[in-house]
Formats: sequence, structure tokens, C-alpha cells
Amino acid sequence: MIRSVLALLLTLLALPGAVPALGQDTMPPAPYAYTQLEDPALEAEASALMHTLRCLKCQSQSIADSDAPMAGDMRHQVRSRILAGESPDQIRAWLVARYGDYVSYEPTVSATTWPLFAIPLLVILIGAGVLLRRLGRRRGETGAEAGE
Amino acid sequence: MIAEIGLAALWLAAALAVLQMVSGAAALRAGEGAVDPLAIYARPAAIVQAVLAVLAFLMLLWAFAITDLSIKLVATNSHSMKPLIYKLTGTWGNHEGSMLLWVGVLALSGGLLAAFEKRLPQNTMGATLAVQGFVALGFYAFLLLSSNPFERLPVPAVEGTGLNPLLQDIGLAIHPPTLYAGYVGLSVAFSLAMGALLTREVNPNFARVMRPWVLGAWVLLTLGITAGSYWAYYELGWGGWWFWDPVENASFMPWLAATALMHSVSVLAARDALRTWTIMLGVLAFSMSMLGTFLVRSGVLTSVHAFAVDPERGSFILALLGLYIGGAFTIFALRAGAVAEGKRFAAVSREGALVFNNVMLSAILAIVLLGTLYPLLTEAFNVRVSVGPPYFNPASAIFAVPMFLVMAVGPILRWKDDKPARIQFEVMLVAALLIGVIAAVSFFGSFPFLPLLGLGLAAALAVAAILPLRGRKLTRVPVATWGMVIAHFGVAVSLFGMACEGAFTEERLAAVAPGGTEQVGDFSVTLESVTPVAGPNWTALEARLAVSQNGGAPVILAPQARNFWSPPQATSESALLTRWDGQLYAVIGNQAEDGRWQIRVWWKPFVTFIWYGGLLIALGGVLAIAGRVRVDVKRRSAVAKADARRADLEALEAQPAE
Amino acid sequence: MKTRLWLWVPLALFAFFAGLAGYMLTQPKDQFVESTMIGEPLPDFALDPAFGGLPGAAKADFAGGRPRLLNIWASWCLPCIAEAPQLEALKAQGVEIIGIAIRDRPEDVARFLARYGNPYTRIGSDRISEVQLAIGSSGVPETFVIDGEGVIRYQHIGDIRADDVAVLLAELEKAK
Repeated sequence: MIRSVLALLLTLLALPGAVPALGQDTMPPAPYAYTQLEDPALEAEASALMHTLRCLKCQSQSIADSDAPMAGDMRHQVRSRILAGESPDQIRAWLVARYGDYVSYEPTVSATTWPLFAIPLLVILIGAGVLLRRLGRRRGETGAEAGE
Repeated sequence: MIAEIGLAALWLAAALAVLQMVSGAAALRAGEGAVDPLAIYARPAAIVQAVLAVLAFLMLLWAFAITDLSIKLVATNSHSMKPLIYKLTGTWGNHEGSMLLWVGVLALSGGLLAAFEKRLPQNTMGATLAVQGFVALGFYAFLLLSSNPFERLPVPAVEGTGLNPLLQDIGLAIHPPTLYAGYVGLSVAFSLAMGALLTREVNPNFARVMRPWVLGAWVLLTLGITAGSYWAYYELGWGGWWFWDPVENASFMPWLAATALMHSVSVLAARDALRTWTIMLGVLAFSMSMLGTFLVRSGVLTSVHAFAVDPERGSFILALLGLYIGGAFTIFALRAGAVAEGKRFAAVSREGALVFNNVMLSAILAIVLLGTLYPLLTEAFNVRVSVGPPYFNPASAIFAVPMFLVMAVGPILRWKDDKPARIQFEVMLVAALLIGVIAAVSFFGSFPFLPLLGLGLAAALAVAAILPLRGRKLTRVPVATWGMVIAHFGVAVSLFGMACEGAFTEERLAAVAPGGTEQVGDFSVTLESVTPVAGPNWTALEARLAVSQNGGAPVILAPQARNFWSPPQATSESALLTRWDGQLYAVIGNQAEDGRWQIRVWWKPFVTFIWYGGLLIALGGVLAIAGRVRVDVKRRSAVAKADARRADLEALEAQPAE
Repeated sequence: MKTRLWLWVPLALFAFFAGLAGYMLTQPKDQFVESTMIGEPLPDFALDPAFGGLPGAAKADFAGGRPRLLNIWASWCLPCIAEAPQLEALKAQGVEIIGIAIRDRPEDVARFLARYGNPYTRIGSDRISEVQLAIGSSGVPETFVIDGEGVIRYQHIGDIRADDVAVLLAELEKAK
């Protein structure tokens, strides 16, 4: 969301994904696109999931933050499936099976995403190494300007 | 004529940038004491250049004010029917205009540096101005060769296309100029770092020159991000304030680097330690602001519904990035090894805590950079992935949590060497608050882990922030120390707002017939009516929502669904009811076929604290600048008064930095 | 020398990024989200007719050993007007095209077909994009090649241009 405003700003370019444009349908939204589930616990589950699913018609917005009709239809899918007893993970997997990892903002460790998890570990190690080198020495010994 | 004056001023400024570069380089080569005949031109060139670049920007501002439709940029981005304020702010609501603003601020800060900075050795100053001129030259070339804001149309347009309605908001007046000024302030820090590196003058004196620029840039970045976050929050209609989107990250990464740099430069100024690290961060901070510019304008990271991005523009910025940042890292690699070692310190010391937090900030920066660029990397292999909040939140928390804990006790540690036992009480207090708050909140309900942790940390940090004042006479506490206390307290306030928003927000989406009532939190919201209203360049449907808290007297909120006609676009104007303990956020949606209206209402407890915290952080920065400048002025007069006053001078120097 | 090696790390990382960014700038920006259902059977569905003139569409209609096109479209979609002649051309080649109209009204569908031609044998009405989501389609128009066993074999995203007709015919041939 902030993205759209900033993007617009910084780039001069118009048309955020969520705004109805020419060639937009006039149909009413799907039943659960703008209607919450009765059960607050289920709605919380659905809402948490919706915030981590990507709206395919927008630029980097979650389906929970978009007025695009397709985002509404996806919200309907999420809520009605939660209501039917599916777990958020099942629904996420159902969508990933159709659109690939792109649809989910929550990367999981896989052949294509392992560096996202390996590099932070590396950063932890480097950080610990740097700190040990800079600070780990005993008082009075050299605390040279070791850089990092 | 207006456009021609502006264009001529830009070309002249570019020519002066060349002169500044050559003259500065001559001063660098001449060395201390010797005078190169060319060297005297650098300062005047920078000053006149500043005047010219600002003149060029004012010309464009004027063209937008009178809606001169013979200028292409005005015709494609403005409209004669637009309110004057949005005509003016529209000047930088587009690529060319915003680049001109950027260049104007860049030249202005270069001019200020040239006019007022007399403390640096001549060759360091020459090198700094040469680098500054080199950077400015690249951006002039960018403007003049590929993004000319003053381009005329062969035939003047009859009417302008208009400005994107989302940008027709007061937010556009504040957010981009502040953010740009922050980015550009970092360019001065960059030039100074390069100047010091080239002349091996990395010392406390240099750090004192650099510090106000870093602090100033950091304050502006803080304000820019805070304003941008709040603007997006109320303008976009879904109540979100931060999404880890590439463009948000592009503004956040320079801030992280600047935060680290600001602390590091303080250590350098006060203790003559962290020399290489400060230079490194100086280069890194400006790299991040240029990287942000590249990511946003080249379009490599936008996805579905991509903008009509000009690849030439992206290539140009990438070339500049390669030239400046690649060049700077090369000089860094060649020269940094020759920078003399700084002062030593123990692990448990204020420097030690600052180093720890610098490493943590850098680690967060690395994570944000990785998450932002990773989709770009996989796209090179034709795989598309999304990296969003579920990744960024925990991954950055791994480093942010230890950082906050160290931040709580760092300011009460002594410089150089300290004993953990001395601050035993403070450590216990912070730990007790952290655990106590988390335990107490968990007792009342089950909340997500990160917001819960955030609440505990916020409480601990708020108390820890004021601990440095303990046992001191408040009237004698230096202004800069007040700045640190307030900024650290602001972090706690902001964190509290974020955690509350994350843990306690209540949402109500419903289709409501006129007269119908919905309940959210303590509030009952009644839809009284929906009526058409008209503005200067839009029409709207306005809902009247009577909102009453716990059955109290109702307040009317009037969210609108607006339709702008030039360009044709619909927006949601949210309506906000601000209470001290939170905000009620209401949006009107579409009408269903049965005549009911979609409304979305959120009660967001303490959400405003996020931005109050941001303002406090910025205020702390302003106080730090004021305090430093005062100390520096005193220091200079003290130096002038010779050795007899040396004792006084040391008393001043002993004042703690943040 | 060993202690100075790290000084080159920032430059190396930067060079890597600059190379990647430079490469990506030269790449055409792929704006489409491709379905990952290629090679999978169609999900079960049975949609009501989109208007009075033709029957609705169901999974069962994609059986019998003959490959067909599944065209995702809508009367409110502008590129769908542009691809109408190409669909006619495909129909003239003997291709059976089954349509799914997304978020559409019967009267609008009828008006669109009267105006731009009707290449379909069946049109199902998908009022909440249910089937569209189930087959991994992310916009209108999109065209899928479905083989005679009801397995998705190929996806074409966006409107069908004149030179896409041959591609689709070849894909239909491959799906036999």
C-alpha cells in the first residue's frame, strides 16, 4: 500500500493496482469478499492468511489490502475454505499449486529460496565473528580498528 | 522564457560542477600549505552552482503554478482546474521534477558546505568538493540528457492530463521533499567520507564536520519515512502502514545505514575510534539512497501492471551507481587499509555497545536488502517468488531484539571501559519490565508472539531511555544528551504503537443499509446517509457515519468514495476519528445490488504512537544537532583562547555522545 | 594482506548486484503470472450457462479424446474485443472453443457476442472467478489448451494476436 503511493510519487507513474479503471466489471463482489466470517477465531485465521497472499492483479499488495475484484474473489476463496474446515496451510498450498511461490508472501525453504534462509544464518555468523574479534578480546589487549 | 531560463541555469550549473571538480582536485593535489592557482575556484563554483540549481527549480515551480501547457512536463502532469497547492506540489510528483528537486537540494547542500565549512584542512575540503561536484555532475547529465524537465511541446497542449489523484494530497507537499533532502544530505556525508579517505584525514575533527550533515540527513529521513507511512495509511484506505514493499524498503535501507553512521560518527568524534567503519558506513548510506532511486525508477522490481518504465532511465542511474559507488568501494578497498588504527576500548563500554548495535543495524540492513533484491535474482532464472512480511518481520527481529536490549543499557555505560556490576540495578530493572509486561499481557489473552515481545521491549526501552538522566541535575544535562534520551524514548513509543496495532486491532467489514449500526471495539457506528458531494476536480459519494463510544454523544465521520475526472480515477478517502488511545478508521465502499453499502471500520489502539514516536525520534535528532553546534561553537572559541583554557576545553569534550 | 581482504568484500557484493541489475534491465519485463497447472487435469467444475444462447461448461465437456481450447474472457474486458477475430479464425479451422465468462452478466455477454461474433460452443458463467482461480489463471483474456483427457497442456496469457493462432493450432496438434 505505501508502495503504491511512494511508487507513484517517486516515479511519476500512475495507475495503482487497486483502483478501478476502464474495462472493469460491474458485478457485485463475491459473498465473502467484503464480509467477515461469523466466528472471530476463524476470521482471525483467514485474515492472517489473506495478509500473506499476493494479489495477482496488483503490484505487490496482499489480497487483504486490495480493492481489485480478483483480490475480492481470492478473499472469498480463503474465507469459504476456512469455513469449510480447511487449514490456512492447506489453502496456501492449494494456491501455490496453481500460481507457484509467487502467490505467497511467506517463502518456504525450497530449491529456489534456500539462500533467503542460508544468508541470514551467514549474517549471524559473520556478525558474531566480527563482534568476537572486536569485542571478545580481554580488556587491555589490542582492540585494533579491525573494520567491520 | 521560463523554461529557457531554467534550462540555461541547469547547463551553467553543470559547467560549474565541472569547474568545482577540477578545482577541488587541484586543491587535493597541491597538498597542505601549497596553493594551486586553480584551487580557489572550488568554493565559489559550488556556491554559484547552488544558486543556479535552485533557480532552475523555482522556474519549474513557476511553470507549474501558472500551468504553462507549452512545457511537456506540465502538460502531462498538471491540469488548469487543479487547486493551486496541488499544482505546486505536482512539480515533484513526477520523475523529471523530482530529479530536479533532488539536484536542487544537492547543489544547495554543496553550496552550504562550501560557504560555511572552514574547519577542514584545505586538501580534504578540496577533495570533498571535488567528489560533491562529481556527484552533482552525474545528476545534471541525467537531467539534461535523458530527463529534461523543461522540454517544450511543438504545439502547446489545450489542457493538461492531470496529476494522479492519490498524489493530490498534502502528503505530497511534505513526504518527497523531506525524503529527498535526507538522501541528499547523505551525499554530503559521502563526499566528506571520500575526501577524508583520499587525504587520510579520518579523525575526530573530520567527524565533527560530518556529524551535523549525518544528523540532519537522518532527521529528514526519519520525518520523510514517518510522513510517508502516515500518508499511505490514511490515503490508501486499508489501514496498513508498512508492508515491506520494495519501495518502502528503498527508503528504509538508507535510514538504517544513516542510523548506524550517526552513532559511529559520534564515537569517532568523541573517542577517535571506529575510523574505517565510519567511512564504510558513509559510503554505504549514500549507496543505499542511490540504490533506492534506481530500484524505484528503473522498474526492475515492479511486477504485475508494470509502469511504462523507461529502460534508458534505469540504465543511466545504474551507470551513475556504478561510477560513484563502485568507485567509492574501490578507493575504500585501496585506501582503508592505510587509515591509522583508532583508539582501543573494552567490550563492556559505551563504544562496545555502539559497535554491537552498529553490527545489528547492518545485519538488519543486509536482511532487508536480501529480501528486497531476492525476487530480482530469481527472476534472472525465470522463477518468481514473493518475499513479504512473514519473512521480513521474524528475520529482522532476530537482530532487532538483541539490538533493543543493548540499546537499553548502552547509554549508561562508560566510555572505554566499564564493569557490568556497576549497572546491575539497571539491567535487572529492564529485564524485570520486559518479562513483567510480557507475562501480564499474556495473562489477558493470547496474542501473536512478535507484537507481544514488542510490548515488553517498548516498556523496557521507555524506562531505559530516561535512565541516563538518573542522578543528574536536569538543568545541567547537555542538549545533545536530551536529544539522545528523547530519540531513544521515541523508539519505545513507536514500538509500542506497532505492537498495539499488531496485537489489538479490531476490524469490521459489513454491508449496511442506511440507518443500520455496526459495532467495532467500544464504538457503535451508524450509517446515517450517503450523499453525493463535489470538489474542485472530483465528485464523490460521502457517507455520514455517526460514531459513538460506549453510548456517548455521537461524532460524525464522513469517508468518501471519490471520482476524479482528470485523469479519471477513483479513490477512497478514509475518515479518521483520533482519540488519545487510538484511531477509528472508516472507509465507504461500493453499493450492493440490494441497496446496502459496504463499510470498513477499524479500531486501531495506539496506532498514532507509531508516528508520534517517529516525530520524537526526529526531535531528538534536532536537539542533538543543536547541542552539537553549540558545543562546537564553544569549542572553537575555546581553541582560539589558547592553552590556558585547555582545562575548560576538556570539560566540554567529556560530554557524552548518544 | 590477509586482514585487508575484507575491504574488497563490499566492492564484490556491489559488482554482483550491478551485474544482476544490468542484466535484468536488458531483459523484457515479464508481467504475467503463469499457471503451474500445466500437465495437471482440470479441476472439477460445472458452471451455469453465461447467457441463454449456449449451454454452460463443465469438466465433463473436455472429454472424448479431442483437444479443445478453454478461453477465459469477459464482456467488460477490452483485449477480449481485440482477440475476437483470432478466435473466429481458430473456429474456422475446426477448433472447438469453450468459454468461461468471468464476473459477467447474461445481457452483457449476449450483447458482446452479437457485436463481436460468437466462436464458442459453450460458455460457463464464473461469477466469482472460482474456476479461474482453480486453474491458475490470473487475468482475462487467457486461453488454455486442454487435451482429450481433460489435462491442461498449454496456457496462453493475454489476447491472442494473429501470429499466436498458428502456435495454438500447433499446441492443439501436440495435445492430440
